[in-house]
Amino acid sequence: MSSFWSWYIIILTVGSIIASVWLMSSNSKGSPGEVDTTGHKWDGDLQEYNNPLPRWWLYLFYVTVVFSVAYLILYPGLGSFAGTSKWSQVDQYNAQMSEAEAKYADFYARFRDMEIQAIAGDQAAMRAAGNIFGNNCAQCHGSDGRGAVGFPNLTDDNWQWGGSEDAILATLRNGRNGIMPAQAAVLGSDEAVEEVVAYVRSMSGLEAPADKAKAGQQRFAMVCAACHGPDGKGNPMLGAPNLTDDTWLYGSSPGDIRYTIANGRANQMPAQLDYLGEDRLRLMAAYVMSLSETAGD
Amino acid sequence: MKHDIVERKIGLMGVLIILVISIGGLVEIVPLFFSSQVRDPAPGIEPYSALELAGRDIYIREGCYGCHSQMIRPFRSETERYGHYSLAGESVYDRPFQFGSKRTGPDLARVGGRYADEWHRVHLMNPRDVVPESNMPSYPWLADHEVDPRATVKRMQALRTLGHPYSDEQIGTAEKDVTGKTELQALIAYLQGLGTNLQVRR
Repeated sequence: MSSFWSWYIIILTVGSIIASVWLMSSNSKGSPGEVDTTGHKWDGDLQEYNNPLPRWWLYLFYVTVVFSVAYLILYPGLGSFAGTSKWSQVDQYNAQMSEAEAKYADFYARFRDMEIQAIAGDQAAMRAAGNIFGNNCAQCHGSDGRGAVGFPNLTDDNWQWGGSEDAILATLRNGRNGIMPAQAAVLGSDEAVEEVVAYVRSMSGLEAPADKAKAGQQRFAMVCAACHGPDGKGNPMLGAPNLTDDTWLYGSSPGDIRYTIANGRANQMPAQLDYLGEDRLRLMAAYVMSLSETAGD
Repeated sequence: MKHDIVERKIGLMGVLIILVISIGGLVEIVPLFFSSQVRDPAPGIEPYSALELAGRDIYIREGCYGCHSQMIRPFRSETERYGHYSLAGESVYDRPFQFGSKRTGPDLARVGGRYADEWHRVHLMNPRDVVPESNMPSYPWLADHEVDPRATVKRMQALRTLGHPYSDEQIGTAEKDVTGKTELQALIAYLQGLGTNLQVRR
C-alpha cells in the first residue's frame, strides 16, 4: 500500500472516531434531573421534553469507542500499520498448517517404508484412509466404494486397469483416461451395430439372438479385438474391460451396449498426487486393496 | 442546541448523512480500486475462453452461486479439502465475481480437474446417480439447449471494452468455438477450468 493510501485510511478512520465522540459528547450535556423543553409548541399546549441520552446507553457508546481504538492499536487496520500484536491472516494460516504438520508427520512417517499389504492391516491407517476416501473418492466411487454407472466398483475383484499394487498406485498418482472410441461410422450400419451388440452379450452368457451374434463375431474380430482381445477378455494396459465377465461399467442391457458401441464412452480418473501427496496416496492404495479383499469374504 | 440547525435545513442534513454513510466505503473500498493486488491478474490467470464464458453465464442464470461459493478461505480445514486459498488476483476477470456466501454445496473455486467431464455430465443431469445423499437439483434441460454464439461474441466484446485482454483472434473464432455446443457442455467447460490457471496450487 502506498503511503498516500495509508494516510488516507488513517486520517479518515481516526477523524471519524474523533468526530463521533465530539458529536456524542456535545449533544449529551445536561443531567437527567433538569427538565427542559425543545421550545416547540403544537396544538396550543403540546410540548416536547429535551431529555439527555440515557447514561447507560451513552456509556455503551464510549465502550465501543475504546474497543475500536484498542483494536486499531493491536490489529492491522490503520493503513500500513501492522498493529502491535503483529497478527496477520497468512501467519495464522501458516501456524495452523505447521501445527498440523507437526501433529501428523509422525503418523504418516510410520507408513512410508511399510508394505502396502501391511498398511492395509493397520487399523489406525485404515481409519484415516476411510476419512480421506470420504473427502476425495466417494463423490464418484460412492461412500461404500461400490461405484455407479460409469464409475468403477472398488469392492469387487475386477480391475479395469489392473489390480496389482503398482497398477493401483499408478492409477491414484497419475489418473487414468478411459476412451472407448465411437464405432458407429466404423461399423457402417445400425444392423452391424446390432450384430456386435448381440455378440458382446453372448460372450458373457447374456441372452442374444444366435444368428446376429454369429455375424457379430467377425465384426468384433476386425473392429473390437484390437483393444478387447480376440477372446474379449480385455487388456488392463489399455483399460479395455473384460467383456466375458458379468461386470458392466456402463450397463449390460442391449440399449446400453448399443450406446457404448455407437457413440463411445470417455471418462477419466483424475490424478490424485497433487491433492493427496505421496504419504496419503499410499494409504489410499492400501485402503482400495482392502475394500476389494473384504468383499471376497 | 446545535442540531437545531441540522433539523431545520433538510438539504444540509442530506449532505451530512451522505458524508457519514460514505466513510465506510471510502475507507474500505476506494483504496482497493488503486491496489495492484486486487486489480492485476495473479500469475497464470487468463480471461475465460468463449465456451467457458458461455458456461459462466449459465452458472449465473441457474443460480449456482446460491448454494456454491467460490472463495476458499485461509483456514487449514478449507485448504485441506479444496486446495490453496483464493487470491484476489484470481477474480480479476470475474464480472461479477461468484464468491457467493452460502455453502449448501461444496466450494467450487478449484473444482476444475477434480472430477471427470463424464462425472459432471451425469451429476448435472441427476446428482443422485453418483452421490445418492445429494440434495442438489437436477439440471437436465441444459443438455437440450444450445449456447447462443452471437450473444457470447457480444459479451466478449463488451468485456474487452472493460479491459479484459481478448485478442481479435479470440473474438473472431468465438462464434465457431461455441456453435453447436450445448449449455451442459459450456457449463462443464467452465467448471473444469475453475481454479486451474493459478500457478501455485497447493
